[in-house]
Amino acid sequence: MSFLRPPKIGFLIAAAGLLLMGLGIYRGEMSMVWQKAINICMECIGIG
Amino acid sequence: MDKRKNTKEWKRHGIQALWALLTNSYLAGFFYGKIYRGSLKKLCVPGLNCYSCPGALGSCPIGAMQAVIGSWNLKAAFYAAGFLMFVGALIGRFVCGWLCPFGLIQDLLHQIPFPAKLKTFPGERMLRKLKYVILVLFVILLPMFLVDVLGQGAPYFCKLICPAGTLEGGIPLVLLNRSMHSALGWLYLWKNVLLLILLFLSIFIYRPFCKYICPLGAVYSIFNPISVFRYRIDKKACTGCGTCAKVCKMNIDPAQNANHPECIRCGACKKACPAGAIH
Repeated sequence: MSFLRPPKIGFLIAAAGLLLMGLGIYRGEMSMVWQKAINICMECIGIG
Repeated sequence: MDKRKNTKEWKRHGIQALWALLTNSYLAGFFYGKIYRGSLKKLCVPGLNCYSCPGALGSCPIGAMQAVIGSWNLKAAFYAAGFLMFVGALIGRFVCGWLCPFGLIQDLLHQIPFPAKLKTFPGERMLRKLKYVILVLFVILLPMFLVDVLGQGAPYFCKLICPAGTLEGGIPLVLLNRSMHSALGWLYLWKNVLLLILLFLSIFIYRPFCKYICPLGAVYSIFNPISVFRYRIDKKACTGCGTCAKVCKMNIDPAQNANHPECIRCGACKKACPAGAIH
């Protein structure tokens, strides 16, 4: 595994990912994920 | 050589286990049959790790994506998609090889001696496309469009397929909560049968879930060829002996494409290369 001459596109896409995450947080998605994750997901465990 | 290879494998399994323990270290959950409800769960973990696992400290990115897509108001999952883009663009399927608890379980099961380990079979290459279908259909389209009267879609991948949810969340929570026993039905049975089939297959096929089903692996595979953290082949040093392809359990030829979408960066090829041509 190497960091030598990494493709610049990888960095650009990672940066775009961060921007998208920021947009998602701004829209309230993080809170929605949290609300879902702190309650037992009945569907996920095969009961719902 | 074999001893050296095994040492490397156990080192990787050690890191996988450490990561699994670190991200599932809410031990009280395993004693009381509860799940962690703190603010760390706002954050996603890179691997497939059910957020209903009693020990889980973070959120599964595939579960998070379905939660937002299936909501009545938000629909577009920028937060989870951005997280997957960020991780994928930096390390690609390194996550699958080193940071996924369900990958570790399959790795360990494959260590069980079995006389006929199956490396490939007719239609195997085609079957690998199934994970992309599952990603589009069960993670995106069904939660988005198959909605109830309130406009909410269920997390269909988690509900109908995810064996990690059954193993990490369903089984321990049902064992620890008697009140859940009366609610068990065909869905729980189906998910347990699916889990058992996958665990059994893992003994003689290397990582069947990762190869054919996992939508998270499908996402990261898209980023594998352009990820920052990647393999490089020294073309001058490579003798074309084919050793790397022989040791690759994901059935790819690293000498031809060291950053193939199926590569989980386990490092077996790098370790086995007699010319040291893989960096």
